[in-house]
Amino acid sequence: MYSSKEHGFFTISGNLATQYVQAVGWAMASAIKNDTKIAAAWIGDGSTAESDFHSALVFASTYKAPVILNIVNNQWAISTFQGIARGGSGTFAARGLGFGIPALRVDGNDYLAVYAVSLWATERARRNLGPTLIEYVTYRVGGHSSSDDPSAYRPKTESEAWPLGDPVLRLKKHLIVRGAWSEERHVQAEAEILDEVIQAQKEAETHGTLHAGGKPSVRDIFEGVYAEMPPHIRRQRQKAGY
Amino acid sequence: MARMTMIEAVRSAMDVSMERDDDVVVFGEDVGYFGGVFRCTQGLQAKYGKTRCFDAPISESGIVGTAIGMAAYGLKPCVEIQFADYMYPAYDQITQEAARIRYRSNGDFTCPIVLRMPTGGGIFGGQTHSQSPEALFTHVCGLKVVVPSNPYDAKGLLIASIEDPDPVMFLEPKRLYNGPFDGHHDRPVTPWSKHDLGEVPEGHYSIPIGKAEIRRQGAAVTVIAYGTMVHVALAAAEEMGIDAEVIDLRSLLPLDLDTIVQSVTKTGRCVVVHEATLTSGYGAELTALVQEHCFYHLEAPVVRVTGWDTPYPHAQEWDYFPGPGRVGRALAEVMEA
Repeated sequence: MYSSKEHGFFTISGNLATQYVQAVGWAMASAIKNDTKIAAAWIGDGSTAESDFHSALVFASTYKAPVILNIVNNQWAISTFQGIARGGSGTFAARGLGFGIPALRVDGNDYLAVYAVSLWATERARRNLGPTLIEYVTYRVGGHSSSDDPSAYRPKTESEAWPLGDPVLRLKKHLIVRGAWSEERHVQAEAEILDEVIQAQKEAETHGTLHAGGKPSVRDIFEGVYAEMPPHIRRQRQKAGY
Repeated sequence: MARMTMIEAVRSAMDVSMERDDDVVVFGEDVGYFGGVFRCTQGLQAKYGKTRCFDAPISESGIVGTAIGMAAYGLKPCVEIQFADYMYPAYDQITQEAARIRYRSNGDFTCPIVLRMPTGGGIFGGQTHSQSPEALFTHVCGLKVVVPSNPYDAKGLLIASIEDPDPVMFLEPKRLYNGPFDGHHDRPVTPWSKHDLGEVPEGHYSIPIGKAEIRRQGAAVTVIAYGTMVHVALAAAEEMGIDAEVIDLRSLLPLDLDTIVQSVTKTGRCVVVHEATLTSGYGAELTALVQEHCFYHLEAPVVRVTGWDTPYPHAQEWDYFPGPGRVGRALAEVMEA
């Protein structure tokens, strides 16, 4: 899974909410070492129902960890509406209040509002004032994954009715009105970004793909389970023929 | 050298490690001000301060989850799970996070954490304070699993675990905390001060993880045990007058297979003993390995002596606990075969 220690980007896991509490631990470590670094974690509306979400809030609250706990409420956890995870709580942001954690709720499709709120929480953490919980209200227009068809569980036209619009189009409109942007520059920027993504994809594919081959040696399966390969894994590697 | 109980030895290991390395932190339920329900962390907060040794909320997934985050930052957390029976809420963090961080990040991030947990029965702890969940850890690739049987090993292995670059599950047989319990619950307890292995260096030393120790040389039958069962097996061999070779595994994962194979090849007979339940227990793995590696040397089927496949029964503790009587009968059985 992707990770980049160099950029402070922790290794992504597939299971849910486990890393929310790890971010709190990372922030606690930074505080223990009198460091100024802060941590940020993201979770979806559905995963806030996991016990690790609540563990994260308890630990963040108790130790006043310099961490920003972000909730992306995009209304849908695969086929399940966010109300199933939220229950009787009016908002996800309200979850923070019971833990004594300052909580904010923001229009997640307003670029400038998201930026301002994040900056505020970042400042709070950097000045060692403790954690902040932020709920970003947004909408998942596409499927949960490439194998998910949302028309099976919600009206096809629902996304069009979403009142908060597309964040990119809203920012574009705002900047044009302010004279800082134009339709022409937007078209050009979109082309440049698309080109950059395609170039990155091509470069990534030079390392091999599942379909075109270029996979690493079978020998590599057995590497990196431990710092030093124990005898039983070495025997299994030999059994596999490597 | 000093005379230490297993509690004092474990505490000394943490003390020595915290003294040598500022990145070692200790936390868990009741471990800070109070010093732990078994007193293993007593005095550490007073000596190293509240940022190095502190109390945690009663949330095992939170304790292990934050420890993983701290390890990713660069610390070496040595945390206490108050009883091994309490580790289940943290199982997701242990199996799918701690055990796999090195593998899934291609070594970019690692998880050098130690989870200490008092394990096993014999203290009238009932079903939620007596369990031996080691097989739930040995089944997980990426973890190391250590079970000491005496103060000397407990200190050396805990220091090695704290210094290890991978996550270590450190199971402390709580019935051994104060003495080498041999299963005779109706007799006075022998203290560690009267046992050779209660003699522990005060400074730093470590014992390599993955090396077993032969506690009793013998030619007739090999007994494979760990933790409390090492002392039970030694008592059973003496009482039955059987020339058993008793292996103390010390580390279940990685396993010192060479020592096992060498011994069973010599004796031709094997008894596997553990306190945990029978079905899919670690004894099944040991038995399979002996069969794979020593089949043509075996004179008798391998016999397992374990806890029964029931919850730990509070009132019938000594009918559940595999004591020297049951182990002795198993020794006689393989000798007759």
